[in-house]
Amino acid sequence: MPAVQETIDRVKAIDVDQYKYGFVTDIESEKGAKGLSEETIRFLSAKKNEPEWMTEWRLDALRRFQQMEEPSWARVSYPKIDFDDLYYWAAPKSVEGPKSLDEVDPELLATYEKLGIPLAEQEILAGVEPKNRVAVDAVFDSVSVVTTFKEELKKAGVIFCSISEAVREYPDLVKKYLGSVVPVTDNYYATLNSAVFSDGSFVYVPEGVRCPMELSTYFRINEQNTGQFERTLIIADKGAYVSYLEGCTAPQRDENQLHAAVVELVALDDAEIKYSTVQNWFPGDKNGKGGIYNFVTKRGDCRGRNSKISWTQVETGSAITWKYPSCILRGENSRGEFYSIAVSNGYQQIDSGTKMIHLGKNTSSRVISKGISAGKSENTYRGLISAHRKASNARNFTQCDSLLIGQDCGAHTVPYIESKNASAQFEHEATTSKISDDQMFYCQQRGMSEEEAVALIVNGFVKDVIQQLPMEFAVEAQKLISISLEGSVG
Amino acid sequence: MNANAPIQKTQAESDLLSRFETTRAELPGSVTVTALREAALGQIRDRGLPHRRVEEYKYSDLRAFMKSAAPLAAATDLAATKAVVESAETFGDLDRYRVVVANGVFQPELSDVDQLLAEGVSVFSFADTLDDADASQMLKTPKTGPEDGVVALNTAFVRGGVVIAVKSGVEVSKPIELVQVATSAGAQAVRNAVTLGEGAKLHLLETFVGDTGAGELNTVFDYNVSDKASLAATRLMTGKTEAARLFTSIATLGAEAEFKSLGFIAGPRFTRNQQFVNFAGENSEANIYGVSMAGGEDLADQTLIVDHAVPHCNSREFFKTVLDGRAKGVYQGRINVAPHAQKTDGEMMTQALLLSEDAEMANKPELEIFADDVICAHGATSGQIDEDLLFYLRARGIPEDEAKTLLVLAFLSEAIEEYDEEDVTEGLETRVRDWLASH
Repeated sequence: MPAVQETIDRVKAIDVDQYKYGFVTDIESEKGAKGLSEETIRFLSAKKNEPEWMTEWRLDALRRFQQMEEPSWARVSYPKIDFDDLYYWAAPKSVEGPKSLDEVDPELLATYEKLGIPLAEQEILAGVEPKNRVAVDAVFDSVSVVTTFKEELKKAGVIFCSISEAVREYPDLVKKYLGSVVPVTDNYYATLNSAVFSDGSFVYVPEGVRCPMELSTYFRINEQNTGQFERTLIIADKGAYVSYLEGCTAPQRDENQLHAAVVELVALDDAEIKYSTVQNWFPGDKNGKGGIYNFVTKRGDCRGRNSKISWTQVETGSAITWKYPSCILRGENSRGEFYSIAVSNGYQQIDSGTKMIHLGKNTSSRVISKGISAGKSENTYRGLISAHRKASNARNFTQCDSLLIGQDCGAHTVPYIESKNASAQFEHEATTSKISDDQMFYCQQRGMSEEEAVALIVNGFVKDVIQQLPMEFAVEAQKLISISLEGSVG
Repeated sequence: MNANAPIQKTQAESDLLSRFETTRAELPGSVTVTALREAALGQIRDRGLPHRRVEEYKYSDLRAFMKSAAPLAAATDLAATKAVVESAETFGDLDRYRVVVANGVFQPELSDVDQLLAEGVSVFSFADTLDDADASQMLKTPKTGPEDGVVALNTAFVRGGVVIAVKSGVEVSKPIELVQVATSAGAQAVRNAVTLGEGAKLHLLETFVGDTGAGELNTVFDYNVSDKASLAATRLMTGKTEAARLFTSIATLGAEAEFKSLGFIAGPRFTRNQQFVNFAGENSEANIYGVSMAGGEDLADQTLIVDHAVPHCNSREFFKTVLDGRAKGVYQGRINVAPHAQKTDGEMMTQALLLSEDAEMANKPELEIFADDVICAHGATSGQIDEDLLFYLRARGIPEDEAKTLLVLAFLSEAIEEYDEEDVTEGLETRVRDWLASH
């Protein structure tokens, strides 16, 4: 019975316990002292050679953070985080600004290879097919190890570097935009991030430039007990276009790891930013032990007329996900989009959604959210659509659908729809159901196994969102969803 | 930031505390009831009136709205009550029984007690039940919102109300109108219990007449619908008033029971109509409708939580809101589906029409689902009158005002007609027209 054996092997291969990316790379790593204090921040800031104003900015955030209380409104539960038991600085020792891939620690390269980031391959590919090149700013723990294609991007005038570098090289841009979308005191975790952010990407696309390639960052959490606090800032100047890809994996750990990132997007007149995420961090083992805490603040500001920001996300990992990529539609005729697939299995908890805040005239937004819960997981969509007094002719269409697989999981929908303008037209619809027996029967009649049928139906369920992903991600995302859900039926 | 932190008392909160001291001696109830009252008041003292930092009152900040709290309305006399009841226009000449509660006190002389008894319906004072040792059961709190501030306010000050009990198998031949009357200014805290025995059937009309002055009206209805019984409750929340109008329903449904309700809001400055529906038996059905009209500075809040605690139950929620002036409409609805409550079918729809630039609507339709074999859906829309429809009517010679009236009426009638209680359909539509004519 080779077919049966094949199925067994496959299920074995994707068992949550055998998390594919759950390995630890042995590199000596340099750590700061544990704990959150002024000294930690001064140490961290000094390590990163930051100018005085940046240090002060961080210290100010820390002081505010110490006044704040952890919020409890989200539908997630977890043991209290001891912020004094975390390291806020860890860097692979061997890297002292490598000039090329050859200078990079081979073990590090091996890690990337396991992750499936074809960094070296990219270089070869670059010569062959220039149009499909992807620039990768790889973050290994907290320091940007290597940045490819920087030179070529520079030719186009695009700045794509680590945020630490930007702080040193482009202080004016950073000063102008950092914290302008997500203010320092925006929320508990954003304030923490402002105080201790480790690294992240900085993108500036100048006026009228269409970024020649998709920009991509692979994040990676490696060192045990290291909270990783990325800070990403993307600015599309007038008439510019940029598409940014973010993908994540992390090794298996017993202790929960905290991840509190902040992503800020700024789109000026006629600019467009497309931000895509595939998130596949360690979700914890089959008993709910371990896994990443993912508390992220992502917000885009459509500051100019006719600007557009589009968020697309595929969330399959993390023990707890708490993120609401949002758009502030300030410019007239600006547009915000949010496409999301959130898959939860095992003991995962997801509380995610979006905010579309209509401030300007003729602004429009579209929200498509597909939640799939299986196992003993909880999956919540929480969203806000609001039109302010001056947002004449604002339009929103929201669709959030939930699919339940198994009887021990939960799917929740918490939309807030606030209209303060009569000409604003909002439509919202939501459904929750399981895969219908009819659909299953139909597929199985045609010789599909139960798992194949579920995979097919689920892929159909999420198709609207998958279509929004860049080619590079779409295939990976589809695979990821099937993998995340296998083992949840039968 | 912390909702439980000690708070600076507002004038209204201080008033409520002193109101309790001055009236506690005359409020009915055994020792257990007194203890419940004190606990409820303690909740108001510690947390204040419900305010915008309490999630359920995010859009309806009662604490900010109540500038002061008037004393409880004094006892009333028969003649005054009779005069108010007779001058009231609630459901015109609809053939119905009448049960009267004035300033929170049941009025048997003005109620059709004997005729109802002949049909198998006993009607008696709610206050009298509070003297029993196990009276605490009479002061229910909703299962899904046990710490609701409005219910606590009611428990602390409840003066009485009426108990209507329909015997098993009795289908009441005419609707019963439960008229609550204010004969003098002052706050009222009223509790009514409506119990339907197995297989019983009743259409209850809930109306309020008179003027409470600056005093808030806080009424809690406790519906117990036994197996196979059927209850329809039409609630009118109308009349101009500057004081808060607070209504709460706590409904418990047995197996194969039917419950439907329509909450009709038009007029008061601040109305909160909150309903908690709990399915306790399988194969039951609940259909909850709401029609809200608000103009000027009015706030009309329809809030409900439908708790599917058992399998095989259906619920439908359908709410319509029309807003004019600087009015604010609120809809908060939640369908809970408990683990193992399989085969639940829940459907929720809320639609709002904004007639003026300054009106605002907040919709929050929630689903909270812990069982997989369910079909739940919700929809929400808000917008203004469709220009194309208006053009169509005007092109056929209908003046603009009339065309708007037609469209708004058609919009609201969808809910009234689906509610499908013929006795009240026409009366409610007339009220819609009247409201539109005055706005």
